[in-house]
Amino acid sequence: MAVFALFAFLAVASAMVVVTHRNPVYSVMSLVVTLISLAVMFVLLGAPFLAALQVLVYTGAILVLFLFVIMLLNIEREAPGGGHKLQKLGAALAALVFAGLLATWFVAAQGAVEPVPLDAEAVALVPLARHLFSTYLLPFEIVGVLLLAAVIAATALARRGGTSVGEDEA
Amino acid sequence: MESYLPILVFCVIAAGFLVVSLLAARLLRHRGSGRTSREPYECGNEAESFAHDHRFSIRYYLIAVLFVIFDVETIFLFPWAVMFDKLALFGFIEMVVFLFILIVGYVYVWNRGALNWA
Amino acid sequence: MSFGIVATLGKLAAWLTVLLATAPIMLWVERRGSALIQDRRGPNRVGPLGLFQGLADAVKFLFKEDIVPAGADRPLYLLAPILALVPALTTFVVIPFGPVVEVGGRAVNLIVAGVDTGVLLLLALASLGVYSLVMAGYSSNNKYSLLGAVRASAQMISYELALTLSVVAVLIPVGSFRLDEVVAAQQGTWFGFVPQWNVAPQIVGFIVFLVAAFAETNRLPFDLPEAESELVAGYHTEYSSMKFALFFMGEYMSMATLSALAATLYFGGWHLPGIDYSGPWAWVALKGLTVLVAKIAVFMLFFVWVRWSFPRFRFDQLMRLGWKVLLPLAIFNLVAIAALTVAGVL
Repeated sequence: MAVFALFAFLAVASAMVVVTHRNPVYSVMSLVVTLISLAVMFVLLGAPFLAALQVLVYTGAILVLFLFVIMLLNIEREAPGGGHKLQKLGAALAALVFAGLLATWFVAAQGAVEPVPLDAEAVALVPLARHLFSTYLLPFEIVGVLLLAAVIAATALARRGGTSVGEDEA
Repeated sequence: MESYLPILVFCVIAAGFLVVSLLAARLLRHRGSGRTSREPYECGNEAESFAHDHRFSIRYYLIAVLFVIFDVETIFLFPWAVMFDKLALFGFIEMVVFLFILIVGYVYVWNRGALNWA
Repeated sequence: MSFGIVATLGKLAAWLTVLLATAPIMLWVERRGSALIQDRRGPNRVGPLGLFQGLADAVKFLFKEDIVPAGADRPLYLLAPILALVPALTTFVVIPFGPVVEVGGRAVNLIVAGVDTGVLLLLALASLGVYSLVMAGYSSNNKYSLLGAVRASAQMISYELALTLSVVAVLIPVGSFRLDEVVAAQQGTWFGFVPQWNVAPQIVGFIVFLVAAFAETNRLPFDLPEAESELVAGYHTEYSSMKFALFFMGEYMSMATLSALAATLYFGGWHLPGIDYSGPWAWVALKGLTVLVAKIAVFMLFFVWVRWSFPRFRFDQLMRLGWKVLLPLAIFNLVAIAALTVAGVL
C-alpha cells in the first residue's frame, strides 16, 4: 500500500511536470518517471510481464526517440508567457469545459458498470501468449504488416526529394 | 508481488550509496579555483558558440525510429519464445510469417540506403 | 524481522560486496593488464604490485575539485552519474548465484528476486542506461559531450536489437524468462565430462551477444562515444572528481552485468560440473558465488584483453556491423534455434 501511494504520487507529480516544464528535455525525463511508476503499478496489479514490456518499449525505446528528436532539432526551452490575453482566456475556458465533461461522465458512470477486478490469470504470461498466438493470430500478423508500413514510412520521410537518406546532410 | 520488492530495495540502497559518496566528496573536495576552470573544455580559446547551437544528421533520427519499430517486433518474440514448446510447429510457422513481413521491411530499408552511414 | 526479509537482505549484501569490490579491482587489472600488453610496468608503487592503487585513486577522487561547467544544466548534470550506476547495479537482482538451499529448515533460492520476468527485467533495466549518457552529454554544455552522447545512444540502441534477439534464442529451448531455470537447463554433461552449456548449440548467438556486449558497454573496439582522439572523453568530458568516478564505476558495472548475463546464459552460471553443491547452506552459497564470479572475471579479463589489442572502429563501420551483419545474423540464429527445437534436436 505504501508502495502504491508513493508511486501513484510520483506518477501524477511527474505527469504534471511533463506538461508544465518549459524545457522539453525535462519533460521527457519526467515522462520516464511517469512510465516507470506505471510499470510499478502493473506489478502491483499482478501483471509483471506487462510492466517489464512497458519499461523495455516505452522508456527503453520510444522515449529515447523523443530525446533524439529534441536534441536533433535543437528545441530550446519554451519562451515564458507568450500568447494573447484572449488566447489564454479561451484556453482556460476550454479546459474548464473539458474538466466539466469529464466530471459529468465520471459521475454518470458511477454504479452503471460494475467494476471488475483485474484477473491476474488474464494478464499472466502463459494465457497472454496462448491467446496472442491462437485467438488473435490474425491481428498479430496484421501488426507485422503495420510495422512494415511504419518502417517504409519512416524511411520515406527521412528522404528529401530524390536523394537517398542523409545525402544532403553535413 | 513480494518477490519484486527486493528490486526496489536494491535501487534505493544503490542510489543511497551513490548520494552518500557524492556528499562525502562535497565535504572533502578542494575548493574552486575560479571562473576559467569552469569554462567548457574545448580548445583553449573561449567557445564561440553554445553546444546546443548545432544540429545533427537526420540519420540519427532514422536509426532511432527503426530501433523503435524493430524493438516492438522483438517484444512479440518474448512470449513466443517461452511458449515455444506448447506452440510447437504451428507457432514456428506463425513466427516465420511474422518475421518474413519484417524482413521485407528490413530489405527495403537496406536497399534505400538508410543503413548506410558514409 | 521475518525470515524472508533477513534472507533477502543477506543475498543483497552478498551481491553488493562483490560489486563494490569490482571497480577498484578492475582498475588495477586494467592498468596492469594494459602495461603487460604494452610492455610497461603499470602502477607498482602503492602496496605490493600496486594492488592498493584503487584505494589511492578513490581517495584522490574524493579530494579533487568538482567542476561544474558554466552554462551546465545543474540538476541533470548531477543526476547523470547516479543514473549511470543504479540500473546497472540493480540488474544483479535477477542473476542466480546458487541453487535452492535449506536454511534452518526453510528453502531459500539463491537469487535476490526470483521473479518470473527474470531476464526480461534485466534487459529492461539495462536499457535505462542510455539516459545517463544522454543526460550527461546534454547537460554539460560541451560540444564533445553532446556529440559523444548522441553517438553513444545511437550505438547502444543499434546493438540492443542484436543483443535482445540472441537472448531470445537462448530462451526458446528453456521456455522461461527465469535465469535460474536457464542455469538448471545447462547442468548435464555430454560424454560424462563436457558440460552441456548453451554456448555449444548457440555459438552464433553467443558471438552476436559478445560483440553487442562490447558495443553496449562502449568499450574498445567500439568506444566511439569517448574516442579520445576526436571527442576528448565524449559524454563525460566535463566530469571531474567523484562524479567522474561514478561514470568510471558505471562502465565496469555494465561490463559486469553483461559478463554475468553471458556466464549465466551461455556458460552454466553458478554451476560447474564436478562440484558438489550439497552440504551446509553457507558453503553452497560460497561455492556458487565463487564459480559465478570466476566466470564473470574471465569475461572481464577478455574485455581488457580486447581493449588493448584492437584499434577503434569508424562510426560508419560500427553502424554497418550492427545493422547489416549482427542483426541478420541474430535473426538467422533465432530461426535456426527455433527450427532445431521444433525438430527435437535441442
